Amino acid sequence: MDKNHIHQHRNHTHQQDSRNYSNYEEDYKEPIIELKNVSFSYGNRSVLHDINLVVNKGDFLGVVGPNGSGKSSLLKIILGILKPQTGTVKIANTLITSFKQWHRIGYISQKSNSFNSGFPATVSEVIALGLISKRGLFRRLNKDDQQQVLDTIRLVDLEEYRHQLIGQLSGGQQQRVFIAKALVANPDIMIFDEPTVGVDANSMESFYQLLEDLHIKHNKTIILVSHDIGAISTRVNRIACLNRELHFHGDNTEFIEHQDEILMRAYKHSIQVVEHAH
Amino acid sequence: MIEVLLNYGFMQRAVIAGMLIGIVAPVVGVFLVLRRLSLIADALSHVTLTGIAAGLLWNKWNPAMMINPIASGMAMSMLGAVMIEQVRKAYRFYQELAIPIILATGIGLGVVLISLADGFNSDLIGYLFGSVVAVSSSDVWLIAVVTVIVLLAMAVMYREMFYLAFDEEGASLAGIPNRLLNLVFALLVAAVIAVGMRVVGVLLISSMITLPVAASLQVAKSFKQTFLYAMGFAQAAILSGIMLAYYLDWATGGTIVLAAVIILLFTIVYRRVFR
Repeated sequence: MDKNHIHQHRNHTHQQDSRNYSNYEEDYKEPIIELKNVSFSYGNRSVLHDINLVVNKGDFLGVVGPNGSGKSSLLKIILGILKPQTGTVKIANTLITSFKQWHRIGYISQKSNSFNSGFPATVSEVIALGLISKRGLFRRLNKDDQQQVLDTIRLVDLEEYRHQLIGQLSGGQQQRVFIAKALVANPDIMIFDEPTVGVDANSMESFYQLLEDLHIKHNKTIILVSHDIGAISTRVNRIACLNRELHFHGDNTEFIEHQDEILMRAYKHSIQVVEHAH
Repeated sequence: MIEVLLNYGFMQRAVIAGMLIGIVAPVVGVFLVLRRLSLIADALSHVTLTGIAAGLLWNKWNPAMMINPIASGMAMSMLGAVMIEQVRKAYRFYQELAIPIILATGIGLGVVLISLADGFNSDLIGYLFGSVVAVSSSDVWLIAVVTVIVLLAMAVMYREMFYLAFDEEGASLAGIPNRLLNLVFALLVAAVIAVGMRVVGVLLISSMITLPVAASLQVAKSFKQTFLYAMGFAQAAILSGIMLAYYLDWATGGTIVLAAVIILLFTIVYRRVFR
């Protein structure tokens, strides 16, 4: 109770407007990913320039920007796959170069939608692969692990399909399998790269519903990269608008208010945001 | 069959050697096929032939210090496996090129060594087409040792290999040492090929690695089942092949492989009809 009170207090002095977003329970902001002056280039081509970005615990951050704006490179830097030429990256207050707890980050890549659908593995077998990074290499799964797999399958609502071959599932269900594979290691942060590409409208709705559950009920920090600004701007609570440089980083309410202006800056020309009817 | 088994030592050795191969060949085969590398088995089998030719040549020149040509075949095959991994790195976007490169090198060198070792004698024909009846007890021991090593290694690496086959990028992100596992796996494949060759021959061992897996993929309903069916089909092919070959007086290696092909056809038809 006391703790809550203190947090409440800090919140009021720091951020008067934080009451605006209703589903944001974490009052006290604790940075979990910090990028400072990060620049990255492929050869001579500058992909990211002087990016400063802080993701707080409990954020549901949407990263938007045109094709080739450096969104995927940004994710790869956060995941430690790419090393920035300048600047520093910290995860949970640890420099990325010495960060070891990779199981705390769940990553659902764009490629998840284009795996070999003839691969002879069941839903549970694929999801159990997600435990390797947490358990360590060359370990067998114990009873707890099996239970963890089953719980995760229930969470993504695939229990009746768990013994089916993954190739027999629909696109939306396969996407849930990959989310579960990332989720089974119980990460704090979940990162999605263009997850709705190739997913039909119905599955998309339940996908966003699942993300909301993960964010609110399971307290996950979520980073969602998408080119579909219209669809995500109302679901996330923070938005980063990227095109080589970071053109905007703030609450989604603020983004929506100044959307045209921000997008003009980032896209250098006007674009039409597709309004999704719900 | 039972009577023959009880009475003839060569038949016992043939059946034991065949059954052991029927366990390990599909185990490595599942991963080779799923990683779309089944042709590696062909390349390595030809490299193994080079090693065997080298062993035969050595035995001709050094009759006092004879070696088992399977051992030299295995050494060459493992060297070939390491070479394939190296060449793969040189062609990032055309990794499969490593296979024909190593295959060509192996056959070229093999043919030269064979000509030096007096050409195609009956020994060599046995290695090319397999000669189950000529399996010695030292061969059986070698096959048994390789079987135990391969099964232990695969039991330890099972999940990691599964992940690599399913999603190489994701596996690397999860911290799986992909280079190291590829190398260890290639060495295991090389060892399986070298010992398996005794039973079905250089020209056909790759089919024992791939055909049962191909059949299994038609019917398996999980990753685990893929292994179990592949092993079951391999055992069925090997036992029926040895038996048929004995009674019909056919070449054993060829008969085993034909049995595997027939099983594969059955699974394809089964799937068409029942699904």
